[in-house]
Amino acid sequence: MQFMLLFSRQGKLRLQKWYVPQADKEKKKITRELVQTVLARKPKMCSFLEWRDLKVVYKRYASLYFCCAIEDQDNELITLEIIHRYVELLDKYFGSVCELDIIFNFEKAYFILDEFLLGGEAQETSKKNVLKAIEQADLLQENLDFQIRLFPAPS
Amino acid sequence: MTSWSAVVGSQCLSLHQGHLPTCLCVFQRMPAPIRLRELIRTIRTARTQAEEREMIQKECAAIRSSFREEDNTYRCRNVAKLLYMHMLGYPAHFGQLECLKLIASQKFTDKRIGYLGAMLLLDERQDVHLLMTNCIKNDLNHSTQYVQGLALCTLGCMGSSEMCRDLAGEVEKLLKTSNSYLRKKAALCAVHVIRKVPELMEMFLPATKNLLSEKNHGVLHTSVVLLTEMCERSPDMLSHFRKLVPQLVRILKNLIMSGYSPEHDVSGISDPFLQVRILRLLRILGRSDDDSSEAMNDILAQVATNTETSKNVGNAILYETVLTIMDIKSESGLRVLAINILGRFLLNNDKNIRYVALTSLLKTVQTDHNAVQRHRSTIVDCLKDLDVSIKRRAMELSFALVNGNNIRGMMKELLYFLDSCDPEFKADCASGVFLAAEKYAPSKRWHIDTIMRVLTTAGSYVRDDSVPNLIQLITNSVEMHAYTVQRLYKALLDDISQQPLVQVSSWCIGEYGDLLVSGQCEEEEPIQVTEDEVLDVLEGLLLSNLSTPVTRGYSLTAIMKLSTRFSSVNRIKKVVSVYGSSIDVELQQRAVEYNALFKKYDHMRPALLERMPIMEKTASNGPTEIVQTNGETEPSVPDTKHPPLVTQPANQANDLLDLLGGNDVVPVIQTTLPTKPASAGGELLDLLGDLSLSGGPAPAPVPSVPVSQPPFLLDGLSSQPLFTDIAAVIPPMTAYNKNGLKIEFTFERANPNPNIAVITIHATNTTEADMTEFVFQAAVPKTFQLQLLSPSSNIVPALNQGSITQIIRVLNPQKQQLRMRVKLTYTHKGLPVQDLAEVNNFPPQSWQ
Repeated sequence: MQFMLLFSRQGKLRLQKWYVPQADKEKKKITRELVQTVLARKPKMCSFLEWRDLKVVYKRYASLYFCCAIEDQDNELITLEIIHRYVELLDKYFGSVCELDIIFNFEKAYFILDEFLLGGEAQETSKKNVLKAIEQADLLQENLDFQIRLFPAPS
Repeated sequence: MTSWSAVVGSQCLSLHQGHLPTCLCVFQRMPAPIRLRELIRTIRTARTQAEEREMIQKECAAIRSSFREEDNTYRCRNVAKLLYMHMLGYPAHFGQLECLKLIASQKFTDKRIGYLGAMLLLDERQDVHLLMTNCIKNDLNHSTQYVQGLALCTLGCMGSSEMCRDLAGEVEKLLKTSNSYLRKKAALCAVHVIRKVPELMEMFLPATKNLLSEKNHGVLHTSVVLLTEMCERSPDMLSHFRKLVPQLVRILKNLIMSGYSPEHDVSGISDPFLQVRILRLLRILGRSDDDSSEAMNDILAQVATNTETSKNVGNAILYETVLTIMDIKSESGLRVLAINILGRFLLNNDKNIRYVALTSLLKTVQTDHNAVQRHRSTIVDCLKDLDVSIKRRAMELSFALVNGNNIRGMMKELLYFLDSCDPEFKADCASGVFLAAEKYAPSKRWHIDTIMRVLTTAGSYVRDDSVPNLIQLITNSVEMHAYTVQRLYKALLDDISQQPLVQVSSWCIGEYGDLLVSGQCEEEEPIQVTEDEVLDVLEGLLLSNLSTPVTRGYSLTAIMKLSTRFSSVNRIKKVVSVYGSSIDVELQQRAVEYNALFKKYDHMRPALLERMPIMEKTASNGPTEIVQTNGETEPSVPDTKHPPLVTQPANQANDLLDLLGGNDVVPVIQTTLPTKPASAGGELLDLLGDLSLSGGPAPAPVPSVPVSQPPFLLDGLSSQPLFTDIAAVIPPMTAYNKNGLKIEFTFERANPNPNIAVITIHATNTTEADMTEFVFQAAVPKTFQLQLLSPSSNIVPALNQGSITQIIRVLNPQKQQLRMRVKLTYTHKGLPVQDLAEVNNFPPQSWQ
């Protein structure tokens, strides 16, 4: 996968994950163009489109579009499953996830994505394991912070 | 306010004892920065872009000053806010170093946000990217696996080549750990390292030894990805890993056969992600290897037949299976099975499935043509799909499936498609129809009818080069001439808006008008039409706003040709003389020349305008011409007798532009020359150059018609430019003189248009070897237009024994200073030579 974008029906970006280095300007350009293209698609059309030299797989969940750019040899249908898995993870984590959750907790959305995909490929195919890892990391965040507050590191 | 005390407490603890008063002062100065969610909420209340920008700027200022004060406590919160604002599109580069500080912190929260910030703001293009390396290295060895995980993730997502080089060793170490949480991440991190620094691939080889013996699916999945990457990059690795085929087959088998596994189940299928990756690896291993292909044959058949197809996930696996079967050396039974799966996909309600089926079938249609043919009717049905991508695929596939047996049926469908499809498809479809018709037409009548159908339904989308091809086709179907002209005439009566149709029709009426009025048609009921009616139609074309200049040229020439076929010569003479003063330069030239034919060359008129002979077909895109070639096409050896008849579209002109590197120069623009008359204009112009100057020297006689000619030679006229120096008041100049090649320009003003300068280039060669395959190309600035006619030959003989001449016509309506860039290519003593030059020394009289 080269990149994944999440955006609203008004074209507002909610998450961007780039697995291939791009200049900031280029990222903005790509985002703008791709968002426009996807938003222009009619509901009856298929989830795949050819864009530049990439294949783009997109799916709408409620008010959010999940959009992935994959390479020629990647399997479009399984990419749909990848997207679905990510949505399921978000759903489990936030409890019936909606766009507002992603807006207000974007950093968590990133953490979850980074526990599921690495370098554009799935690192864990078990839903349970991904969620467990996130849970542990969250705990760690609280505990360590808590510990530091009470017991400062020796100077 | 409760947060206050916590803050105070921690600050006090971290500052030195005994400085409490200072602590209190610090707190009074510095209110806590607002929380992330608070900021998000606030920004979302903004009603306008301007309001949002103001809020952002305010917050950025606060964050900046907080950064300046090296505040450790709130750095994390501030960076998080910055990342939010960055996502909204605002600059956040001033937070880069802060991310580094967060990464270096010992707090897990800090690291989490710091690494996130790094991945968003610190990609390899940033100067400070490498500063992360040491932190990452330390964190890769951290005691807490979640910290190690953060480091691996960051490195594996965006580490630069240098960073990868520095840290590859650490990754390799982690690849061998027994901790599956880390091992799976290390595998994908290794993939990234290999992509960035392929030479490092070798060092990961030992660690791959027992990767596939893992039970953990995460590790298995990422290991397969790693193995795939290595095999794709190195043939040695590929041979080395072939021995893993049995193991992979076994793992896949277990996945299929094993019962319900809640952890990995997706709609009844066990770990589809892993299945797909294994199938992909098997594809790479089995490709061009008989033994491996055989070893995986059974499992592929099993997956193909047993996978549940009711949901997308099952179809995803089937899709990958099909791709694998088609790519390896599978036995024919398996291949047929695969194609049948694709055939079933075509009938699936899910359009995504239909789409991938069409894409895959397109890939296999060459190799497994017969098998794909069986699904032809389903494919043709997809032409009616609502989805644009599916329609396009179906169209491409349909054309690939057309053959002599199914041509009639297929063409019916394709023509129907052409009628109803979106404009974006029409040009491609029309071209496809013409090609297919040419290859497989069952009869000439059918062929003509098909062409007619295309021209009448999608006439405006037909490509420019189709017109000459069609004309040639018509000429060669001798027995169909009457039928063709009748049908075209009738089409014209209905609609004169589609230019290609009009052009072909005009040409035919000009050629076969006599057949039309004499009612000789055999194929269908001949229509009754008089000469005057025909001339009415043609004159109508001249007058209509819908006709382009090219079309007008066609119709004028057609009218002229009818002067030898019809008896109403006087009417034709009148028309021709009227257009002698047309403001359209092209029409004017022709009209004047035709007038001249009537007046001074009437004895030659019948011969000049007689019926065209059957044309030999040259290249499929019309005759090529040395004059205007893009870099790629082979220039055909020009025959000196043939006038320039380039039918190359504008994009080839742009290639010339690229060749010459300038973007302020306009490429050589050939007048669109599918019409013979257009070039005739060029040649006759020169002819007339002699005629219109009263009292000029006797013009050279028009040379006789060469018998076999490429298409679109003007009705018999030779192209020998009759160039005289009548208006040679402009001094000649040397445009180029290098390496023994000298190019001189001589000038003449074109009559009647003083804005056109006619330049003849003379290329001579002082060296002892001939310069062969000589090509002269030129480009001029935007305000000019340039026309390059055909050269006299493409060999510049050695030792000045001869020369190549070539005519350039430059239109300079703004009377700007003439500049030119030229490109010369030729072969000299067996070696190719190429040179670019600017020509700026044009004498002022040539452009003033």
